[in-house]
Amino acid sequence: MTQHFVEIRHAQKSYGTLEVLKDISLDVERGQIVAIIGPSGSGKSTLLRAINDLDPLTGGEVWLDGVQVNKTLPHRQYEKHINEMRQQIGMVFQHFNLFPHLTVRENVTMAPKLLKKISDKEANALAEEQLDHVGMLERIDYYPAQLSGGQKQRVAIARALAMKPKLMLFDEATSALDPELVEEVNLVMKQLAQEHMTMIIVTHEMDFAASVCDRVIFMDKGVVVEEGPPEQVFKTPTQERTRNFLRKHLEGAK
Amino acid sequence: MGLDFSVLPPFYGTLALGVLWTVAITATAAVLSFFGGILLAVIALYAPIVIRLPFRFLSWLFMGTPLLLQLFLIYFGLVQIGIDLPAFVAGVIGLGFHYAVYNSELIQTAMIAVDKGQMEAARTLGLSRRQALIKVVVPQAVRDVIPPIGNNMIALLKDSALVSVIGVSELTLSAQRAIGQTYRAFEFYAVAALLYYVVNLGMEAVLRWFENRNRLYR
Repeated sequence: MTQHFVEIRHAQKSYGTLEVLKDISLDVERGQIVAIIGPSGSGKSTLLRAINDLDPLTGGEVWLDGVQVNKTLPHRQYEKHINEMRQQIGMVFQHFNLFPHLTVRENVTMAPKLLKKISDKEANALAEEQLDHVGMLERIDYYPAQLSGGQKQRVAIARALAMKPKLMLFDEATSALDPELVEEVNLVMKQLAQEHMTMIIVTHEMDFAASVCDRVIFMDKGVVVEEGPPEQVFKTPTQERTRNFLRKHLEGAK
Repeated sequence: MGLDFSVLPPFYGTLALGVLWTVAITATAAVLSFFGGILLAVIALYAPIVIRLPFRFLSWLFMGTPLLLQLFLIYFGLVQIGIDLPAFVAGVIGLGFHYAVYNSELIQTAMIAVDKGQMEAARTLGLSRRQALIKVVVPQAVRDVIPPIGNNMIALLKDSALVSVIGVSELTLSAQRAIGQTYRAFEFYAVAALLYYVVNLGMEAVLRWFENRNRLYR
């Protein structure tokens, strides 16, 4: 049985003959912050999206806190099961995916009201608390279209946190942001890290990964090439592919 | 025989009643066509094939045959199989379904156009597919198609004149009855046209209100 908080066992994913994840196994402990880095097309987003079954695996298992996320069940039962699992797994997207027809407040309260049957009053208190947490309380009655990218992403984080998840997944949360807006989102993520939220972060930002994460995983062509503490992976990578990737990335940054 | 508008005043009551019936049948059919359109769109995009196919056939029937024929079929034809509908109900069903099919086409296109990330974000929060459709996808799709749906509703208003043939005393039939008594076709048809135009203006105002209400989020 499972002992780790998050366990990925022999994850395999293929589209037809194209194999994007090749037998990946990975553990994350409670409170750990793990960065997944790698070139585009390496399968890192696919792996992240397999954790909450947004991109179902074609083989292998994902476990969260002793429960298998992608277990085999008849369709109806599986839908119920996965909806319950997803309530425990927050996700933040590259393009925010806020609901444009709802205000910031409604974006945050919709899922808790619908799924946890809380009252309007509780929902409002929850929205205020979560938005205050990400510094967006002042914009509570704005619509997403009235916010900057960084503000949108902070609201998206508050929306995910309002479900009180056990685990947060970040899929290139700052990649679509203007450079000057990246920092405000990074600060919120750092704050979450200090609160010991378990986080798995797919990112292109090596500095951020180095400063916040307990562990860095380098993926390429559907496999984990190298993993370890950020110090080791960034300063003394053991694999040639990791060195190449980091070198190219540094050149790109200049 | 010149024009003589002095024949109108005795029929003001008849015409006013005609306007009321026209508004009533248009409004009821509009509501039916709106919610029916959403339902048909969801069925067309998401229902299993055993449900989807009969509905596709029904949609084809309502889109591919004349509305007038549909009204005859519903009002005069269904009686034979024991479904005896009042003329008003038959008219609402005919007009409502006919335009529901057209609205459904618009809503389907808009639903497909809603960003895939919206469904993903909703599902990620733990919403079921149905909850995500109701709370996230459909509201956005509907807001996007309010202007073209408005055009359909104006066409519906004009087509409501067709229910005069099954005996609903709406504006056109009221005018015809007045002409039957006075033989003044031009005067009454002209005033009926004017009244349709006035109702149209009122409807456009309502539509504009809906559009403005949804402008903020863009």
